Order: sequence, then structure tokens, then C-alpha cells
Amino acid sequence: MNNTVIYVHNLVKKFGSFVANDNLSFDVYAGEIFGFLGANGAGKTTTIRILSGLSKPTSGEVNVAGFDAYKQSEQIKKNIGYMSQKFSLYEDLTVKENIILYGGIYGMSKSLIRERLDGLLAKLHFQEYENRMISDLPLGLRQKLAFSVAVLHEPKIVFLDEPTGGVDPITRRQFWETIYETASRGITVFVTTHYMDEAEYCDRISIMNEGKIVALDTPEKLKKQYDATSVEEVFIKIARP
Amino acid sequence: MIKAIESSGIAKSFGPTMALDDISFSVNESEIFGFIGPDTAGKTTLFRIIATLLLPDKGNMKVLGMNATSDYKELRKNIGYMPGRFSLYQDLSVEENLNFYATVFGTTVEENYELISDIYSHIEPFKKRLAGKLSGGMKQKLALSCALIHKPRLLILDEPTTGVDAVSRSEFWNMLSKLRQYNITIIVSTPYMDEAIRCDRVALIQNGKILSIDTPQKIRAGFSRKLFIVKSVEKYKLIKTLREYPEVLTAYPFGDSIHVTLINDSSENSLLEYLLREGIRDAVIQEAEAGIEDRFLELMEKGIKV
Amino acid sequence: MKRFLGFVKKEFLHIFRDYRTLFILFGIPAAQILIFGYAVSTDIKNAGVAFLDLSKDEMTQKLTDKIISSGFFKKTETLLNYSDIDKVFKKGKTKAVIVFEKDFGKKLISEYKASLSIISDGSEPNTATLITNYTTSIVNEFTMELAGPGLKNSIRISPEVKMLYNPALKSHFMFVPGVITLILILICALMTSVTITREKEFGTMEVLLVSPLRPIQIILGKVMPYFFLSFINVLLILLLSWLVFGLPVRGSIILLLAECMLYILMSLTLGILISTVSKTMQQAIFISLIGIMLPTILLSGFIYPIENMPKIYDYVSSIMPPRYFIIIIKNIMIKGTGLMYIWKETLILIIMTLVFMGISVRKFKIRLE
Repeated sequence: MNNTVIYVHNLVKKFGSFVANDNLSFDVYAGEIFGFLGANGAGKTTTIRILSGLSKPTSGEVNVAGFDAYKQSEQIKKNIGYMSQKFSLYEDLTVKENIILYGGIYGMSKSLIRERLDGLLAKLHFQEYENRMISDLPLGLRQKLAFSVAVLHEPKIVFLDEPTGGVDPITRRQFWETIYETASRGITVFVTTHYMDEAEYCDRISIMNEGKIVALDTPEKLKKQYDATSVEEVFIKIARP
Repeated sequence: MIKAIESSGIAKSFGPTMALDDISFSVNESEIFGFIGPDTAGKTTLFRIIATLLLPDKGNMKVLGMNATSDYKELRKNIGYMPGRFSLYQDLSVEENLNFYATVFGTTVEENYELISDIYSHIEPFKKRLAGKLSGGMKQKLALSCALIHKPRLLILDEPTTGVDAVSRSEFWNMLSKLRQYNITIIVSTPYMDEAIRCDRVALIQNGKILSIDTPQKIRAGFSRKLFIVKSVEKYKLIKTLREYPEVLTAYPFGDSIHVTLINDSSENSLLEYLLREGIRDAVIQEAEAGIEDRFLELMEKGIKV
Repeated sequence: MKRFLGFVKKEFLHIFRDYRTLFILFGIPAAQILIFGYAVSTDIKNAGVAFLDLSKDEMTQKLTDKIISSGFFKKTETLLNYSDIDKVFKKGKTKAVIVFEKDFGKKLISEYKASLSIISDGSEPNTATLITNYTTSIVNEFTMELAGPGLKNSIRISPEVKMLYNPALKSHFMFVPGVITLILILICALMTSVTITREKEFGTMEVLLVSPLRPIQIILGKVMPYFFLSFINVLLILLLSWLVFGLPVRGSIILLLAECMLYILMSLTLGILISTVSKTMQQAIFISLIGIMLPTILLSGFIYPIENMPKIYDYVSSIMPPRYFIIIIKNIMIKGTGLMYIWKETLILIIMTLVFMGISVRKFKIRLE
């Protein structure tokens, strides 16, 4: 197919004798919204950490944005964006300070940072929050901002690890609209979630269960294949045939 | 018949944050009562007050006919509590965990075994395995068994299904339904809207306030307008286009479609025309019955506007 | 009661399943005893010296005055005969006894030489060595003054040096009791403080609270397993010290073990107290290590004698349990004393234990806030 930005072949990750990722193989294409689904403990976070250069596979081929996950993890980190529930913005810094900080980490020039900062604040209607501390912002706003910071440097791929956990339904949907908008700009979005209904927002999804991928296709095709009305039903049918 | 829980005017703050604001509701005996809402709604705080683990700043909480503040010692003998993280002893086996909780409550596993037999049968083959090595679904079942083993009159389950796989979630609710026959009152909290229909009655809770309490059916029926489901292959373009249409009141993505409400319920046809004009040729519009989540969003919007 | 025993059983299971806990509980004390071995040099001030003057003449008087006025020593007692020496050491205030032989002055004038004995309390080898050295140099000075310019080398006073209780001046005789004191309080407090805060952190405490278990049952249930295991630990340490260093226990072993168990109980309840003010395991570990280890090493008399400390540290040290236990353990192990000499310290430890336990039960949070 067109541009493959993530290439995974027979990925295995072990922690001692525990196999967190058991022989995973999948590709992700440019501009796709790829949903990586599964219950907590299925192995999603392990995979995303490997793909974002934060940890190394035990065996198998992994290539992200053209870089090898074993030898070039530092380059991977420079070319991707990452946002997770735990790793986010610094609570005791202001909105502006966070953006400047991350801009610097991504290696952006001061003028570029300023330009993007202004653009971001305008788009999110955040101008009045520029000098507010993150800890003072409501959760929904924090999520949006964290996401915007993750793509501040316009990376090829952005990894989102359970970005909508526990957030209210309105904010969740607004967040997904932001994801849509980002993907339309050509940035690949790789998102993990345990909300099966969010699967429908994705172009293609894979479902993980106990370290293995048990399904991989577009939501529509999967629903047809398993004669189901929702992705959740698909999962139930796969897990308990 | 005493109510299982009677709450009036409960308020609780942590520093400047108001976690619960004027919470009043009642739960009948043997009911399965659900609290639906996102993380910051205040569900855990409320459950802790009911379980006598926190004191409210204001208001009155009566549980099983007793005062949750002053009669906590007696109440703690009659409640089964399952907090958010399945607090089990990771380094004890399934069996050991169950035996421990039975002993602490002055009973034995055999005495009330029939109560948990359905649930426990799923994990019994693993009874010697350490709890820390169980999957999410199995931990959930073990935690439920431990909470039930002393046959409590009230079962308090705080987000028992969060993050657990879909199959286990569904099995879990089946098990809860079966508990009705033992006259155990159950209160459950969950962020999953679709689990609301498994409850007898539901309270929608957001930012420390209760938006609505009723049976799931009545809550759905409370949706005040017509709901339209709009589908198109180009999801993103569809949302943007809908948002720009002045006749549209709300447009929310719902999986593979958009749920739309209009300012004027009868403008359905003009909506289709507008979409076609804007280049969305495959748009399909259908009127549909509102679900719990639609109603929740509606109530939230109202809350935000006020 | 069954409830309580069920709880204790669970605690034992936790301990035996966690190899890290077992390592800390048994491995570290053994390792410490074996590794510890350096001597620290300190200065002495106001060390108690008793005099046994068998001569009672002008010379002995002058030398005695000189020794006392040096500033290093202070006179504790005047002894009448040899049998008093052992007694005066047992009292604890005297670190050295200086014995002037009969006809000291006469011999010095007629034969130009005389001898005196310096008998030091070897259970504190540091101090003993220093006392000996200082005394010897004072005596030499005295000799020089006596002799005048011409006769420097012709007058000789030979001090005979004896170390009581520790004739070979083995430093582990001092260190083993000190290390036992430090290790026991550190580990016991660490263990109980961590086990409680761990339940808080993992969320299992929440579930325990919503149960018929009472705070005193939870506290005692946590303390008991460690109490038994620490007892075995103490036996191991004493066995090790005896086998490897040849360190005997001169006093009653039963008394020693009883005092150790009291100290252990005190330390375990101290750990419970720490857990009532700690929200996380990290906090508990931090408070235990910094709050107990450093003060114990520096202020309990373990390395630096208390008599040498400025008054303020002396006051601070007086609220520290290790200070009293070191006295108890040294007395029993090295001096072989009985309860009569250490009843004050024992009573203090008992009171501390009861106070810690009382405060812990009071402060134990029955709710989550």
C-alpha cells in the first residue's frame, strides 16, 4: 500500500518469563488513525513504548518513521509525538512555559516556537490561559493542550496512550475531533484505548488480548466478518467463540 | 421497609475542589443502583462516604438504617466493599485471599459458598495462583468473591469494570443480576454508559452533582428533542460541515455516525439538502431513539450553559 | 480471636513470600556484624578516673592533681583496695583506675623509679586507648618537671597498662553491641512502618478498614510476626558474634534475650508510630532511615561517647531509645552485670514502648482522611 510509517514483524517483548507482546505483526500507513484496542494488561502500553523508542523489543523487526527500534531509538523519539495519561505537562509550569519547554526539547527554534505557540493558543481559544498553571486548568483542557504539545513539532506520527481515560463524554468527543483534524493534516495517529466504542473513530483497528493480536482490519469489515453491530460485540465473539 | 441508603444534602470538598455538591438520593433494598459518570464526577468520594471511610462536610447519610458517621463500627460488619483497584493481596493466592477475608469477617468460605459459587467457579482452577498473576477479569471476580464471602447486606462496587476486557465485563453484570435473589442491595459506579441498562435505577453524576435519577428507560425517554443519526464515509468532513450549519444544535460523534439535534425538529429534509450541497453525497439521515449517553450529553450541556 | 489469628497468618505469608523483606530481616544484620570493623578516634574530655592510692604521699598527691587538672579527666572516687576496682567500673562512671604502688614517693626519690598501674575499661576500646595514652604522657611530663634540666632521663615512672574486660582490646567487643543496637531498631522500625504504609499505598487498607477488625488488632497483628522473627534474628546474631569473634556473653543470657525482646518490641511499635504519619512507603522508609539511623549512629554513644558531647546533644540523646539499650547490652555482654545495674534503663524502655503503642493506637486512622 502507500507509505508505511510503522512496520512491525514478529515483535516479542518479554519481562522475565512473562510475555507481554507475543509475536505481533502489523503495519501502519501515513495519515491513518490506527486504533490499538484491548483491555488493561493486554500489552498495549508495552507495544506503544517500544514504538515510541522508550523501550527495546526482545525480538522481531520494528521500524518507526524509517528508524530501527533497536539501534535508532533516539531518532525515533525526535520524530514522533507522545502523549499518555501519566506523562503529560508539568503541573507547576504555565501553559506558555510548557510549550516553550517542549519546543526546546523537540529542537525547535525560538521563533518557530513562538509562531506555533500563538497559533495553538488562537486555535484552542486559549489566549487567556497563556500564563495559567497547568494544575489550575480543568482536565479536559489539559488533555487538549497535552495533545497539541505532542504535535507541536509536526511529527510524522503521534502516539496516544489511553488519552481519554476517565474523561467526561463531551471532552472525549472533542478530543477525537482534534484527532481527526490532526490526521487530516497528514500526521499518523496511533492511539490505544480500552473504550471499544472509540474503535469506530479509527480507520483501522487491532484488538489485543493477552499479548496477542486477535483482530486487525477496518471496524466496518470486522463487524461484517463477525456479524456484529459493535466492535465490542466483535471482541466478545472472538474471545468466546 | 427501610431504604438501603438514604442520602440528603451530602457535600464534600478537598481543599478548594468541591467533590460532591448537595447529593440527595435513596436506594431501595435489593436494588441494583448505578452511578454513571466520568472520573471527576465524585463517584469514588460518594462511595467512600457510604462505606464510612470518609466524613461528609455537610448532609446526612443513612445506610441500612444506621448513621454512616456514628454507627460505622456496626455498618462495617454488614458492608462488602470493592474499591477501584481491586485491592487484593498480590502476593497471596486466590484461595488465601478468600480465606483471609472470610476469617476477618468471622465466617468461613464454606458457610456462604453458594453465594459466590457461580463467580468463583471461573477462577477456582487457579486457586493456588498468586493474585498478582491473574488477568484483569479474574482479579475482578476474585475481588467480588472476597467482598461477598461474608454475605453483606450492601455491596459497594467502585468501578469494578473499568479497563477490564469486554467479555469479563459482560459476565460480571450477569453475576450481579443473579445476586438479586439473595436480597443484597448493590450500588455500582461505572464510566461506561452502556452498562446503565443493566441497573434497576441509575443516577447520572457529573462534577459532584446529580443530573438525573431514574430507571434507564425513563432517563432515555427524558431526551427533549428528536435525535438524528447521520452517517457518511468521510467522518471528519461530515462533522465540520454539520457544525457549520446554523440549524444544528448539537452534533456529536458516536462511533461510525454523528448524533445530531436540530434547533427546529422538523428541519430534517433541509439538513440533507444542505449536506448534499456541501459535497457529502453519501449522507444518510435517520431518526432514532436517544440512548442514555445522548441524554447524559444533553444534561451536561445544560449544566455547562447554566 | 480467630479474626486476629487469621490476620497474623496473612502477615506471616506476606513476609515469607517477599524475599526482599527476608533479606533485610536476616541478611543485613549478619552482614553488618561481619563487615563493621573500623575504629573511630575521638577525643576525651572529663573521663571519669578513680584513684587507688596505696602510698598516699606528696608525690602521689601531686601527680593526682596534675592528672585531674589536665582537663581530660575528672575524679570520680577514691578507692581503698583492689576489690573496689571491679565495683567502680560496674557503676559506669569511671573509665580508668590509677593505682599508685606502695611507697611510690619514697621509691621515686631513693631509687629514681616507681611504677603505677593504669587500668582502663576495655569495653570502650577507643576511650581506653586514649586514656592510657594521655595518662602516660601526663606522667612523662611530671617526670620531666621533677627531674629538672639535667636529669631528664634518669627518673622513670613506668605505667603498667591493663585493659579490663577486653584484654586484647578487641574493637568488635565494642562494636558488636553497638551494631546490634543500631540494626535492631532500624530494621524493626523499618519493617512495621513499611508493612502498614504498603497496605495504604496498594489500597488494601481501605478494605481492611471496612471490616470488623479493630485498629489494635491490626497493629498487634502486624507486630507479632516480626517479633518472633526478630527473636530468631537476635539468636543468630549472638551466635555469629560468638563463633566468628569469640564474643562471649558474660552476664545472664536469659536477661540479655529478655532485654533484646523488650528493645525489639519498642522498635516495632516505633515503626507503627512512623506509619501513622507516613502516607507512602517511601516516606516511611525515609523517616526510618534518616530519623533513626543517623541520630543513633551519632548520638547514642555508639561511636562517640556521650560524655564528650555538648550538653544539647546530650539532651537530645536522652530521648533516644538506643542510648539506653547500648548501656544495657554492654553491661550484660561485656561487664556481666545483672538487672540491678540496668533497671533504670530497662524501665525507660518499657515506658517508651507503652507510650509509642498508646500514641499509635490513638493516631491510627479509622477513616481515609
